[in-house]
Amino acid sequence: MAYVDDHGQIAAVAGEARAEDYFALLKPRVMSLVVFTALVGLLLAPGGINPVVGFVAVLSIAVGAGASGALNMWYDADIDARMSRTANRPIPAGRIDRDHALAMGLVLSAFSVVLLGLATNWLAAGLLAFTIFFYAVIYTMWLKRATPQNIVIGGAAGSFPPMIGWAAVTGSVSLEACVLFLIIFLWTPPHFWALALYKQSDYGAAGVPMLPNVAGEGATKVQILLYSVVLVAVSLLPPLLGFSGLLYTVAAAVTGALFLLSAGRLFRTRENVAMKKAARGLFGYSLSYLFLIFLALLVDRVAGLAGWL
Amino acid sequence: MAVMGQPVDREAEQAARRRRRSLVLALVLAAFVVIVYALTIAKMGPGVLQRPL
Repeated sequence: MAYVDDHGQIAAVAGEARAEDYFALLKPRVMSLVVFTALVGLLLAPGGINPVVGFVAVLSIAVGAGASGALNMWYDADIDARMSRTANRPIPAGRIDRDHALAMGLVLSAFSVVLLGLATNWLAAGLLAFTIFFYAVIYTMWLKRATPQNIVIGGAAGSFPPMIGWAAVTGSVSLEACVLFLIIFLWTPPHFWALALYKQSDYGAAGVPMLPNVAGEGATKVQILLYSVVLVAVSLLPPLLGFSGLLYTVAAAVTGALFLLSAGRLFRTRENVAMKKAARGLFGYSLSYLFLIFLALLVDRVAGLAGWL
Repeated sequence: MAVMGQPVDREAEQAARRRRRSLVLALVLAAFVVIVYALTIAKMGPGVLQRPL
């Protein structure tokens, strides 16, 4: 049970949260993608890393991402309560007090950054700290409610994990790490705008200025298509830069072509029901796409090391 | 009976949830200790104790 007080704040009703509710504050589904992309960055980086140190590095990055999720839920409890997708999150549902989420977010942020610094190096730790700051302050507090470009700029936060993984091994940020960053960065707008297209009324009710609500469906579909084209082009950079081979090239070309087909299908729809169906299709596929692209990078590297290719 | 029994049930449920939360927190802290130990050994090796007093 939850209620909104005079200031529009969510006041939690005293109750006992389950351990799972605290885990939900860490946004485990987002965390799983962070773990995977960070792991790929770590394994692609030249030089190699002790498995225990590598495990602690990925764990620290995951906990740091979770901490920023908790800070996001602390700050956004009021709008989460107004959207069907997020209304059952622990704070708007009244199972966890906002202050607890804030405390958990801050403590885990500090622990994850210090642990990563001690385990690997302070460049990686600094990047993790910046990622948490970027997501919690720049995206959540400044951009999300202010501009329809919120998820474009805010998407940088989700793009850092492979770069942090890379930095954890090498102690530096190279062109390859920037390409991994760029792939996620360019993937984020089509992914979230597809969601925003079929959840438009939700974002409208919450007062979040997502692109479809501000610029309209037509403009959003054009933007999605443009970002998709640039994304697929950038996804073909790893073989050109020499850090992936034939297997990845084929995978990126096929999955990229399907991405463009899906974005093109959405672009051509005129009728509302068909548009929402196409947007849902693109949103679902985009999740598989990012996973497959990073999996292909990993398999390509492992196959290359094993001498299969 | 059902009406009278409700607060007791609620309290029992709250206590069970609290107990479980404490248990999970204890496990997380224990895991943290193990991780820091393993990390120390991995980074410094068995020579961790070989230093001038």
